[in-house]
Amino acid sequence: MWEYTDKVKDHFLNPRNAGVIENPDGIGEVGSLACGDALTLMFTVDDQRRIKDARFQTFGCASAIASSSALTEMIKGMTLEEAAKVTNEDIARFLGGLPKEKMHCSVMGRDALEKAIAYYRGQPEKKVEGEIVCECFGVTDVDIERAVRENHLTTVEDVTGYTKAGGGCESCHEKIEAIIEKAHGEQQATPPKPARLTNIEKIRLIEETLEREIAPSLRKDGGDLELVDVEGDTVLVRLRGACASCAASQVTLKDYVESKLREMVTPELVVEEVR
Amino acid sequence: MTDIIYTDNNATTQVAPEVLEAMMPYFHDLYGNPSSMHTFGGQVADALRTARQKVAALINADPGEILFTGCGTESDNTAIRAAIASNPGKRHILTTRVEHPAIKNVCEHLAKVGYRVTYLPVDRQGRLDLEQLEAGISDDTALVSIMWANNETGVIFPIDEIARIVREKGIVFHTDAVQAAGKVPVDVQKTPVDMLSLSGHKVHAPKGVGVLYVRKKTKFSPFLIGGHQEGGRRGGTENVASIVGLGKACESAATHLGEQNGRIRALRDKLENALLEKIPHAMVHGDPDHRLPNTTSISFEYVEGEAILLMMNEFGICASSGSACTSGSLEPSHVLRAMGVPFTAVHGSIRFSLSVYNQEKEIDLIIDKMPRIIRRLRELSPFWRQAQQAAARG
Repeated sequence: MWEYTDKVKDHFLNPRNAGVIENPDGIGEVGSLACGDALTLMFTVDDQRRIKDARFQTFGCASAIASSSALTEMIKGMTLEEAAKVTNEDIARFLGGLPKEKMHCSVMGRDALEKAIAYYRGQPEKKVEGEIVCECFGVTDVDIERAVRENHLTTVEDVTGYTKAGGGCESCHEKIEAIIEKAHGEQQATPPKPARLTNIEKIRLIEETLEREIAPSLRKDGGDLELVDVEGDTVLVRLRGACASCAASQVTLKDYVESKLREMVTPELVVEEVR
Repeated sequence: MTDIIYTDNNATTQVAPEVLEAMMPYFHDLYGNPSSMHTFGGQVADALRTARQKVAALINADPGEILFTGCGTESDNTAIRAAIASNPGKRHILTTRVEHPAIKNVCEHLAKVGYRVTYLPVDRQGRLDLEQLEAGISDDTALVSIMWANNETGVIFPIDEIARIVREKGIVFHTDAVQAAGKVPVDVQKTPVDMLSLSGHKVHAPKGVGVLYVRKKTKFSPFLIGGHQEGGRRGGTENVASIVGLGKACESAATHLGEQNGRIRALRDKLENALLEKIPHAMVHGDPDHRLPNTTSISFEYVEGEAILLMMNEFGICASSGSACTSGSLEPSHVLRAMGVPFTAVHGSIRFSLSVYNQEKEIDLIIDKMPRIIRRLRELSPFWRQAQQAAARG
């Protein structure tokens, strides 16, 4: 069974904005029955070029439905320029993360959004760019390279999780490896800037990470912690239960809580204890 | 937690209470090693002997032909390895496109190291063409391995006939009977197989114990080399408690065959017919005349299997799917694809597999919930809408 976050489960069981908009301003269709998942994204815009309403129809697994639902929630109220910047990572982050084998669901959301915006702008349907690498799922070298760059993928397995490429007959694995090597060779020259989080996003992500990743293991040992405040990149927490009186609590705080938050949220974070 | 309605018995089964009871003494009180010289160990050897007799009785074999292994997969691996090791000059294996991964992936591995493998196709109903089988056997064939019954669809192959064809050519014949045992009669006196695999946890014994039946005089070479256990054919101290449990489970299974074919078959048919009647665009896969009594593989078009399973999960209903998203890879069921089931249906396939523990009220609850689940997911599906619009246009 996949390990889905509660948020994924919620958006799957109670999808937001499911349905059809008749005569939408933007519409994007991606995927196919053969592939096992497909998404139609529709939206209307107001006179400020803000997305007023967004709806989706999705054929696919729980995470495909949840990603679609999340995407519509995220883009409502955004200007088209803002919406155009939404990445698949944003969709996954909104859901508190997706299993890595399921990241392609968030990529599908991003692709549908791109197509829908292009439709609105009257841009012609993009021709398939590049060369098909994975025959089984019709994935091109351009698609693979983009996924590798944007998500810092390092293995064929990762690429399959994000794009499906290589998940069928496996005969393209060598080509995928070559693309990964090429992309990384170039990336080392210009290290990519990590996506910047807004303050609200950052706080939400800190809360989620504390609740989902950190607190459960502290509670196992009779301890706990609560988030007091976030000031810039400083996370203020109060230790509770066994943690409060534990001699090793500073080690826990720095080596575990801080490093986990840095991993999951942003590498600049510093954790401090409030007594 | 909601009450569990367990209809995933081809995946694994509950350990029967009488099986657990039979096993208990062998964890703590009777912990001796059956290979020991003292009476304390010797009584455990007696228990193994009795278990071997009971397992042999279920398939009408001689106890000396029963080899205990760690699982069905080990049994399958051992059979294939033994056959190719005892026929060193031969480089060809004949099997089918619908085998369990424990056969399929071993064959694929052997193909990479120089063996030639023929995968017999099946038709839309999942049936083999026995003329193709006959034509596929050559002087170079070291082994024919064909499953007794399919885990996904429940389709039963005409294993008597297949075994006779292979025997006539003088080739070693192995069958994976993991899904057949305990559900339909298996009799190695009537069916001339050389080797046959069984698995404990599919017949209400625990996980971690399997059986390989090896007919007397079949050339054999061990897969696990070690001590002299199992007559030197499988090294490693025996999993005594589980083997004792398996003996008890086989004894029970023999008494349940009538119920499988009667009450369970009737429940399965009720479930299948009701779902087909209540849910449009649903189809059942596999030869209706030759199918395990407990299994139905049914597809709901335009929706995806993992999503169906997770909605069923909300009601505590456990089943499986052949969809890509549940396979751990991105490929949907190789069995359904080999049968030529259209993609619109493969992704939305659900397998229900019952056991003697299922009650009619559970089946009624599934019949009540499924139409709503499928309707809800179809409302989300762009393909369902397209299909409806196309239908409206005529």
